[in-house]
Amino acid sequence: MKLTKSFNRSLWAFHFNSGSCNGCEIEIVAAITPRYDPERFGIKLVGSPRHADLLIVTGPVVKKMRDRLLRVYEQVPDPKVVMCVGVCGSSGGPFYDSYNLDGPVDDVIPVDVYVPGCPPRPEAIIYGVVRAQEKLERLEGERA
Amino acid sequence: MSDGNPAKTTPYTVPIGPIHPALKEPVMFTFRMNGEQIEKADFAPGQTHRGIEWMGMRRNPIQIVHLTDRICGICGVSHSLAFARAVEQIMEIDVPERADYIRAIIAEFERIQSHLLWAGMAAHELGFDTLLHLTWRVREQAMDTIELLTGNRVNYGIIQIGGVRRDITPDQHPAIHECLDYYRDLQGKLLRIFLEDATIQMRCRDCGILTRDDALRLCTVGPTARASGVNMDVRVDFPYAAYGDLDIEPILPDRYLGETRGDVFDRIVVRLLEVEQSAGIIRQCLDVMPAGDILWETKIPKILAAFKKAHGEAVGRHEAPRGEVLHYVRMDGKEHPTAWKVKASSYSNLMSWIPMLEGEQIADIPIIVASIDPCLSCTDRVAVVRGGRRSIMTKEELHRLSVEKTRRLMR
Ligand code: SF4
Repeated sequence: MKLTKSFNRSLWAFHFNSGSCNGCEIEIVAAITPRYDPERFGIKLVGSPRHADLLIVTGPVVKKMRDRLLRVYEQVPDPKVVMCVGVCGSSGGPFYDSYNLDGPVDDVIPVDVYVPGCPPRPEAIIYGVVRAQEKLERLEGERA
Repeated sequence: MSDGNPAKTTPYTVPIGPIHPALKEPVMFTFRMNGEQIEKADFAPGQTHRGIEWMGMRRNPIQIVHLTDRICGICGVSHSLAFARAVEQIMEIDVPERADYIRAIIAEFERIQSHLLWAGMAAHELGFDTLLHLTWRVREQAMDTIELLTGNRVNYGIIQIGGVRRDITPDQHPAIHECLDYYRDLQGKLLRIFLEDATIQMRCRDCGILTRDDALRLCTVGPTARASGVNMDVRVDFPYAAYGDLDIEPILPDRYLGETRGDVFDRIVVRLLEVEQSAGIIRQCLDVMPAGDILWETKIPKILAAFKKAHGEAVGRHEAPRGEVLHYVRMDGKEHPTAWKVKASSYSNLMSWIPMLEGEQIADIPIIVASIDPCLSCTDRVAVVRGGRRSIMTKEELHRLSVEKTRRLMR
């Protein structure tokens, strides 16, 4: 294996809501606002998957969103890392027996980082982003 | 071409969504545009339908309370409260008075954080990101207090059938008062920033107007209706929990501005003033809160046994931050309800998008859409509205349509 080459640009994230309850959304937004302020490290939410290095997925993937999730996943340029925020994305969580789910997320796309919690605290989300960045560095290093 | 003009004025269609950067939730808009102006607006919710009611009918009410928290992460306590009220009415439970006060306190804290959250999102839609960051920073104070009282920042899980799970202890009072004082000192500053700023005035005044008649005709609820001059508030009209003992007056924009226009600006005014009102309500609650129990029954097996004896139907209502939520529950002597229907506040409000949007500029779409504080995860029942005709669709139909649409998009 090659040595890791440091991830040499700011990490930008795109957020995809696949049918969540909004709890995780507001904690993600809370995580980027001044109390935690990860923007000082260049981490921010962007409006297009084409600009993103990290895809943050919340929600249990309802049937309508499955194909869209796939399409958005394919639009994120390589190397990319997927982070699943909240238990309903990792296992179905409180919605485990719903008739309208195609999830959890890892049934649809490969997931690299799971952040458990319903919803996770902003600190946990930021920790997840740090782990995602480590993975991105590794992927970048392998490509180089 | 001999005649270029008709081609120039031919309306074109702009589809937006369901994944779009403006709202955090998926919804699909179709706008028929004429130049910069919106001729016709249409939207398709239902992208986050999780079948909550169906799941609820397979669980018992104690479990459902946690599911109602997750109908919407922003108004968690509102749905639980309305649901618990419905079940308590069926079972004829007398909720201890102290629990009623604690419910009101948490519900008002929720209103504070939700309105600040909305104010931040509104500023973001206007492109005023500094203000987004400011409001979200001050919102953290309310989040801290909610966490102190309930143990959670979001999805509090404090409501239990017949009461609340946690008491408010005397040593928590200083922290609550500190938080309320913080917002009292801040209120003037927030009002000044939002209401006197020239940019916000220019963008929001006379933009996205919903007339009083339209608000009534479309059954709009909550701050959206009040901003159009409809004097309604479930807390006042049909008091429940501790609200009957408290002094509350619905907030209408003409009290502050001297007139009601029903535009985006009025909606900002109503919500900001409600932050102050909620702080006042919490103060009243803390002053008059009686001592006593917080639960009707502490032993869960006993509550479960009581469900098996419950027969009847009831409606529970609550004034959530976005307006009235209504839960209809029917119990037929089983542990789980035989029918459960949720009407979320945004469900009533979404239709008001159409009169607000039509005739407006394309650049005003984000702020108008955000101005009713839509919450789609609450709303997603399966109603499709097109050109005023409403049809309820089955899951199969929806699935077929979504497959067709994806195919169409992939072509
Ligand atoms: S993990 Fe919990 S809080 Fe997050 S979206 Fe799912 S249900 Fe909501």
